[in-house]
Amino acid sequence: MAKIKGAIVVEIEKCKGCGVCEVACPTQVIKLHTDVNGKGYHFAYMENPDACIGCANCAMVCPDSVISVYKMKVEA
Amino acid sequence: MKELRLMKGNEAIAEAFIRAGADGYFGYPITPQSEVLEYLMAQKPYETTGMVVLQAESEVAAINMVYGGAGCGKKVVTSSSSPGISLKAEGISYMAGAELPCLVVNVVRGGPGLGTIQPSQGDYFQSTKGGGHGDYKLIVLAPASVQEMADFAKLGFELAFKYRTPVMIQSDGVIGQMMEKVELFEQMPRWTNEEIKKISPWATVGKTPDRERNIITSLDLDPARQERHVYKLGAKYKEIEENEVRFEKIQCDDAEYIFVAYGSSARICQKSIEIARAKGIKVGLLRPITLFPFPKKVLNKLADQVKGMLTVEMSLGQMIEDVQLAVNGKVKVEHYGRVGGMIPSPDEIVAALEQKIIGG
Amino acid sequence: MDIKDIIKPENLVYSKSKLFTDKALSYCPGCGHGTAHKLVLQTIEEMGIESETIGVAPVGCSVLAYEFMDIDIQQASHGRAPAVATAIKRLMPEKFVFTYQGDGDLAAIGTAETIHACNRGENIVIIFINNGIYGMTGGQMAPTTIAKMKTSTSPYGRDTAIMGNPLKITELVAQLPGVYYCTRQAVHTAAAVRKAKKAIRQAFENQKLKKGLSFVEIVSNCNSGWKMTPVDSNIWMENNMFPFYPLGDIKVPTEK
Repeated sequence: MAKIKGAIVVEIEKCKGCGVCEVACPTQVIKLHTDVNGKGYHFAYMENPDACIGCANCAMVCPDSVISVYKMKVEA
Repeated sequence: MKELRLMKGNEAIAEAFIRAGADGYFGYPITPQSEVLEYLMAQKPYETTGMVVLQAESEVAAINMVYGGAGCGKKVVTSSSSPGISLKAEGISYMAGAELPCLVVNVVRGGPGLGTIQPSQGDYFQSTKGGGHGDYKLIVLAPASVQEMADFAKLGFELAFKYRTPVMIQSDGVIGQMMEKVELFEQMPRWTNEEIKKISPWATVGKTPDRERNIITSLDLDPARQERHVYKLGAKYKEIEENEVRFEKIQCDDAEYIFVAYGSSARICQKSIEIARAKGIKVGLLRPITLFPFPKKVLNKLADQVKGMLTVEMSLGQMIEDVQLAVNGKVKVEHYGRVGGMIPSPDEIVAALEQKIIGG
Repeated sequence: MDIKDIIKPENLVYSKSKLFTDKALSYCPGCGHGTAHKLVLQTIEEMGIESETIGVAPVGCSVLAYEFMDIDIQQASHGRAPAVATAIKRLMPEKFVFTYQGDGDLAAIGTAETIHACNRGENIVIIFINNGIYGMTGGQMAPTTIAKMKTSTSPYGRDTAIMGNPLKITELVAQLPGVYYCTRQAVHTAAAVRKAKKAIRQAFENQKLKKGLSFVEIVSNCNSGWKMTPVDSNIWMENNMFPFYPLGDIKVPTEK
């Protein structure tokens, strides 16, 4: 059976670490990193990439449009 | 075709907006200039030339409509009278800052405050020294006849676009309300979209792929850039002072005394010259046509020739400061005027000349 | 399965609107302005009208909207965006014109311009961001600040007996005959973003069909002004703003 696999790419230097994406993610993929970017923000990243379904909720609510979402069908 | 008509100053300038190919007029009623909007609404130029005429909800809205239209490279204009011009001052300052061409007509009435609906020239400081906030100048044209009301509408647009700056036509209740013969210039076509793109490549008409986006703003939070911008404005005002001084000299050649007056006061002074000369007083008139740029050089030169100057203004004395600066102490400069909507008589002016300058 | 196999151009399903400039948004972390900007730009991009659109930015936090939107924009003086937009649209009726305004701009100093542009039925789109506060100047009370809400000029909470009542300007303009479409949306969840996007698209389509004025309010957060984390501010907004400013359409076209 086909399964949907997703992934996100965060533009780290433009992320402001607001955490809105983390809350929006239905499969708890995203966390704010313990490291900070050049502006001192804890940027978002995929802590649990395997769970990403590419729903794009994170990117939709991202106020700074720093998240790109990729999605593909994978044969199980 | 040129056309001869008998018209009120307010009607003539309204007709001239249409003929100058204006794209939009945005106004709000206030005495003594309401005929401008009334005339335009009666003429319905939106059915002939396509010019938009809109009665705004306030003077504030009207000047901001002018801002919007000017930002699109359109020939736009508003008119009002003194208290309304105060309300427009913020918008005028924004337009000066954003370098937007437009026409603003002030048919001046007596102030301060609600004052009176009768004529005055009490807004000289407001139009030439600011009125709004910040370092800016307006080109200020002062018509003294119905003919000039019409002609300056055309000239005003030319100057506004030449220098990308708001132009003020400072009239008064006399010039606005009186009827005179006027020769109207021929109808000019409104600019096409292509012409606007060429004339005003900065205009916000929609960003096409062949250019960067256009932004109309007076804001720059970077002080170094804002400083450069204000210096640029300053250089523009210098250039205007170099190139655009306009004045009329009447019987100045043999004059021992000079009246300095603009607008309706200048007309009255012409009668005063007749009366004075009949008495053997050699007096002439220097009529500034541009209040900014002010005809400083010619006044300074005249100061070498005459014994004294009397500024005649329907105010407590405002332009007199510019005359004094121009002559720089070379001759005596005094002021005579009436306020509150009162108009000086030719005899009063001659008497003032005799008392304040000749006898004083 | 490696992530690299998924992250390929052909698998891209959501990314930044091409109509954003490269400039990083100047808004505070978590501020809904960025999301609202995106929805406007996505709409313009999807309709393919970027070369025919003129935006009008206000005074307030979004005064610099023109720094981020790669379209022609005019920045209006405080509250006057609807007047500016009126002239742009009247003089170029074939273009798309929208204003983007905050609550202080639209519902306090610009009330007259808002109401009269709405009443005349100017064929424009007004995007109204309501976060119940003056964000740019540091969190003062706005006309939309709800009762008991603390701001820097209502430090003990808005006492309506002294400071007056919060203004539901959207309900007010919905009464005007010139307003064709009036709705209140939010952008704090994916579901809300989808609905808000649909509303903004509807508004621009209305303009295309010359229907009159479309008014889209977006209730949003101001975590800096409200002194909360972005996530907490969204929760506070749901619990406190939405009961007073309920989401949904207020006026929808009735004609078929």
